[in-house]
Amino acid sequence: MSEQPERSPSPSKVGFALNRRQLIVGGAAAAGGAAFLSACGGDDDTTATTAAPEATTAPEATTAPEATTAPEATTAPATAPPADLGEVTFGSNYSDEKPKAGMAAAVAVSGLDVKINTVDHNSYQENFNTYIQQPDDVMAWFAGYRMRAFASKGVVGDISDVWTGLGDMSEGFKNASTALDGKQYFVPFYFYAWGLHYRKSLFEEKGYAIPVTWDEFLALCEQMKTDGITPLAGANDGRWPQMGMFDMLNMRVNGYDFHVSLMGGKESWTDDRVKEVFAKWAELLPYYQPDANGRTWQDGANVIGDKSAGMFLLGNFITSNFDGATQQDIIDDIDFFLFPEINPEHGQDAIEAPIDGFMMAASPKNADGSKALLGSLGTKEAVEAYIGVDPSVVAANGAADTSGYNSLQQKAAELVGGSKYIAQFLDRDTDPSFAADVVGIGIADFIADPSKIDTILDTIEAQKATYTFE
Amino acid sequence: MTVTDHIDDTTPAVDPPARGRRRRRRRYTTLSKGDRFWLGVMVGVPAFLHLILVWVPALATTALSFTEWDNLAPLTDIRAVGFQNYWFIFTVFDTNLFPALFNNFILVFWLFFCSAIGMLLAYLLDKNLRGGRVYQSIYYFPVVLSLAVVGFIWKSTMFSRDRGLLNVIWPGEPIDFVGDGTKIFQFDIPFLDFPLGLSRNFAALLIAMAWRHIGYIMVMYLAGLKGVDPALREAASIDGCNEWQSFRNVVFPALKPINVVVAVITVIEALRAYDIIAALNEPRGTEVMGTLVTKSLLGEGGGRVGIGSAYGVVLLLLCLGFIIWYVYNHYRETEQ
Repeated sequence: MSEQPERSPSPSKVGFALNRRQLIVGGAAAAGGAAFLSACGGDDDTTATTAAPEATTAPEATTAPEATTAPEATTAPATAPPADLGEVTFGSNYSDEKPKAGMAAAVAVSGLDVKINTVDHNSYQENFNTYIQQPDDVMAWFAGYRMRAFASKGVVGDISDVWTGLGDMSEGFKNASTALDGKQYFVPFYFYAWGLHYRKSLFEEKGYAIPVTWDEFLALCEQMKTDGITPLAGANDGRWPQMGMFDMLNMRVNGYDFHVSLMGGKESWTDDRVKEVFAKWAELLPYYQPDANGRTWQDGANVIGDKSAGMFLLGNFITSNFDGATQQDIIDDIDFFLFPEINPEHGQDAIEAPIDGFMMAASPKNADGSKALLGSLGTKEAVEAYIGVDPSVVAANGAADTSGYNSLQQKAAELVGGSKYIAQFLDRDTDPSFAADVVGIGIADFIADPSKIDTILDTIEAQKATYTFE
Repeated sequence: MTVTDHIDDTTPAVDPPARGRRRRRRRYTTLSKGDRFWLGVMVGVPAFLHLILVWVPALATTALSFTEWDNLAPLTDIRAVGFQNYWFIFTVFDTNLFPALFNNFILVFWLFFCSAIGMLLAYLLDKNLRGGRVYQSIYYFPVVLSLAVVGFIWKSTMFSRDRGLLNVIWPGEPIDFVGDGTKIFQFDIPFLDFPLGLSRNFAALLIAMAWRHIGYIMVMYLAGLKGVDPALREAASIDGCNEWQSFRNVVFPALKPINVVVAVITVIEALRAYDIIAALNEPRGTEVMGTLVTKSLLGEGGGRVGIGSAYGVVLLLLCLGFIIWYVYNHYRETEQ
């Protein structure tokens, strides 16, 4: 089941495909990180203890991650106190080899005595409800509703004072880290963006222009159809990929505020504004690759790869479908653009970018240490140390060094950094069960038969009433 | 039989006079004190485990189905809501519940059909055909795979719209086997505002499940057939039975113990169906009770324990109905 997640993938699961230079750097760093971990006596997938450099028993190993990252990472961050804050426990779902090593490097930047408990990312997420009742001091999690749901239940701690020292985070990231009470409970680490992905060479060859308005978009679709290209790749296996289309249409038609309000259960799904979203969607469906419901996003990515389809609304992880060794030309050729404007009132002011980051337990055993660790993880030094090992992500911290990014990463950093609003994706922006079991089913039914939309929306609205939103 | 009768008998058939008088009307038993101790342990430990592992969770689930709880807040936050969860699943989520129940019923019938095919294959293989071992291995092969793996195999190699073998062979427009919830047949139910029916993708899953189930049942019957006394068949053919009569009146009745086991396995497989559907991400039209239960209970961000438990209780009642029927018949026949 690991291949086909039942929800949108987290940035920690899928990243950007890397170009060759990054692969080499990353590989070397991963090796260094692995050596670092084993030298510290951690068992695989269980516990690894990183210690402050002066306390370590393996000095030659601790230098490994620092040596491979940017030199400025070795300078202690402003928030890093001396190591006498004591041990901080850290629950991590960065369980694959590279992310695990990267996280060890990022944590080491704090100079604190941190005990990392790494759990396989699937089990971590599935069991988070149980885990959060006896959590570690600091834990990895996701922004948006999935953070707010726990914040409103009082099981995670207010870290607003940490945010005062974070500096280079954009307003969009701060919004995504803020719960309904206006306080921050989350420190963003990295993200990926959603947009319409396309092959640069195909657009050049056929002379297509990037559409900015809805009419231009429909005209481009029509043109592609005449040229014998499927305009839009369509995948919905797992019933999450098409949630992205709903999000984009809703934010373009009704704006981010309405979207959040709808996701928060405060608006009716039978509202005309929602019907308008599906009406716009119905205009697009004729340009879809047929039978989207049964297709995995990987199969959707393949038709972008062989240029039989023109565009695909997906996350940047689309490039991870291609093999870096043999399909590097395809990876380098993939670019993405913002979903076109529909309602001039909202323009293109919103983007979808799921963010991974960290939260603090409601009553951590070591509160000062936890806040110091979170403050350190939010700095550019920490995320740069991570990217030194695992270069397939884009740092949330706006000051982080972008010189190692490939063009897609740079584009993501630029588009997300410039967006006024950042949505987290439908299954992260509302009750996860409501997203998967009600909206996801409704969207799949809509794609199978758009004429039934009124019944579908009635069903969603009726089932919504059985959920208690945050 | 005589030994058990002897032990069970409350009025001793052979009464040693001296002991009988000394200990008044004490029940006669051949069990020593040690025997009785071990008997107590052998019965008591499994009974205890059964109680703890089966009935306590079942009763807890039943209790939870009358509550609302997000699986997150402390236990003191569990709120009793009466029959609200049942009201929800039978009215608001009827689009989930009734198709799932219908799919489970279809599965019961389908797997019984597959069991019959398995029996046929076993009967043929039992005739020592040339190359029988090879056929046997081929039919049995899928059984060593988990149903989830069976699902992945069929999804990617057979059913895939873009790359699957069936669509490569098929001359017309490619068929979306996995994602297409179009109904093959459907009928209206008076109290539902939508029709029930067999969706195309559930039919595709039925084929994948049959692939495994037939081999499983075949092996059970092969073992059973080896236990049928060949003299019975010889006698039948001497008496002039044709193949069908000999099977129907001689072999099939002799297979009774296997039939009972197969019936139980088949019903349980049909009711507990979950893994293959979950592995394929529960495409529309393939919901079964098992996926409804887990969808509500598992996952991040707060489960819906009450509603999930209510689905679970519906499933439990279905199973209980079958178990009661089975136990009732079993004991009635034993008494005879």
